[in-house]
Amino acid sequence: MTSGHSKITVGKVVQYLVLILVFILLVGPFVWELSLSFKGRGDNVYAVPPYLIPKTPTWQNYVSVFRQVPVFRYMLNTVIVAILSIAGNVIFSTMAGYALGRLKWRGRGLLFTIFMGTMVIPVEGVVISQFLIVRSVGLQNTLLAVALPGMVGAVNILLMTNAFKSIPDELEEAAQVDGANLWQRFYRICVPQVRGTMTVVGIFAFVGAWNDFLWPLIVISDESNYTLTLGMNRLKGMFISDPRLIAAGALVSLIPILVFFACFQRYFFRGLEQGGIKE
Amino acid sequence: MGQIDSIIARSGDSSPDRPDARPRSGAGRRRASLGTVLAPYLFVLPAFAIVFIFVIVAALNTFRLAFTDSTLLKPGKFIGLRNFVSIFHNDYFWTALLNSTLYVVCVVPFMVILPLILANLVKGNSRAMGFFRTSFYTPVVMSAVVVGMIWTNLLDPKGLVNSVLESLHIIHSPIPFLSDRWLILFTSMFITIWLGLGYYMVIYLTALANIDDALYEAASLDGAGPFRQFIHVTIPGVRSTIVLIMMLSTIAAFRVFNEIYVLTNGTAGPGGEDITMSMLIQKEGTGIQARTGYASALSLIVLVVVGALLVLQQIVQRRGEDS
Repeated sequence: MTSGHSKITVGKVVQYLVLILVFILLVGPFVWELSLSFKGRGDNVYAVPPYLIPKTPTWQNYVSVFRQVPVFRYMLNTVIVAILSIAGNVIFSTMAGYALGRLKWRGRGLLFTIFMGTMVIPVEGVVISQFLIVRSVGLQNTLLAVALPGMVGAVNILLMTNAFKSIPDELEEAAQVDGANLWQRFYRICVPQVRGTMTVVGIFAFVGAWNDFLWPLIVISDESNYTLTLGMNRLKGMFISDPRLIAAGALVSLIPILVFFACFQRYFFRGLEQGGIKE
Repeated sequence: MGQIDSIIARSGDSSPDRPDARPRSGAGRRRASLGTVLAPYLFVLPAFAIVFIFVIVAALNTFRLAFTDSTLLKPGKFIGLRNFVSIFHNDYFWTALLNSTLYVVCVVPFMVILPLILANLVKGNSRAMGFFRTSFYTPVVMSAVVVGMIWTNLLDPKGLVNSVLESLHIIHSPIPFLSDRWLILFTSMFITIWLGLGYYMVIYLTALANIDDALYEAASLDGAGPFRQFIHVTIPGVRSTIVLIMMLSTIAAFRVFNEIYVLTNGTAGPGGEDITMSMLIQKEGTGIQARTGYASALSLIVLVVVGALLVLQQIVQRRGEDS
């Protein structure tokens, strides 16, 4: 370590230069959109060279977006879908992960293979059949239908299985010696150990539900059941001529998920590191 | 780690105080109750039920429908290979297949390599690295629809990218990112990579955390610099993750939908030339006019192609390991 520190200076400079460049490339567009969304009629949004600070700052673009599109309605719909998806993924893949990662039973290998096999089946390959299934039970055009197929992700099952596997055996054995039954070992001993991974699964589920587009596009026909992505796609069509309004609309739909992620990112990265616990 | 130790210690302490309520011998365990035997199955049941209905049954149904003339309104009857014959005579299909295949070929290498480099640059516990990690991941939580809106603004003929390039006198007339058949495809690929960088970076970070630091120290003692450590320690250490990401990004690239749909307002570009497989399925299989049988045949082709791509990757990888 110490010998590395002294000679690394050039490397460090390059490292930071690359990181700052990537940062500008990834975050810059949002800064520009933010500026665009506050530019008023007195601003030339197509100015060459472009400028960042609005000359006639205004809220009007946001007001127009909220007036012309039922943003809150779409957000509420999306939140409902997201909650269903988070609950499904966290609960079901934690349970499945425990059985697959820690219990010994006939058929475990087969079931694990089946779950992992579904990971390679593209949604587009089954999306029409999924729609017919949902329609056959009368769920088309409902938010439940939007959430259902995504309520268990194979990737999440894999993450949970690996997390449970990384718990040292002694922990559960000790509890077993103490007379803890299977449910107690699962709920009291193992689940607290994988809480970080559960958070990661929850975040993945939220992000997936918040951003899904193709499936809601197929399932939802009624505008009052639109999710945010469907609503924003419509908004883009309506406001195609005014980049200020498109920017305002984009930011309105980004803010909730950015706030959510800002709140949970600490747990998110900590949870990911849990996979790295070494014995 | 400390937490685990304390739990072990705690449970160890408490056991001597307890009266022996249960036999601990192997004989006791063998007399397992029905509940214990069934428990694993009950634990996987909810997950399996959803996967069974929405993936396995749906996939089998896709297979069946592909050989029928079913539409949204009628169940349809068996028509043999007629759907496939008409698909193979449809120019749109070949365009879609070409676009989706190009997508895989162009996007996957970037998705495998760039995030690994990025993960290496942002690993570590310092505050600065935490900041970079979080900001690089941020685009991942955004929907492709909204990101598509943002880039539509940026890449407009009069948008930011063109006006920056013009004010630097790099170009004299705007680049038609959003109206040229090929540029739309490449723009869309760029957005896909832009969106995916942080996601795959995070997957690599979890894998990097599992590499024993001692390996780096040993390599460093042997005089290996950062580059050689990357080649000889990092890459072998994340080999299985590389394979995983190759698989995930191949599938994701072949099924691209959102980016192109949003960039072209659902029209698939000038003359529909930018259509992808997923867009074709969505176009044929939805709405009142939906030809579910025909769309299922297209879906089946997607399943076969993705399956073939994965098998091909496995073969290439095996061969790589042998040599």
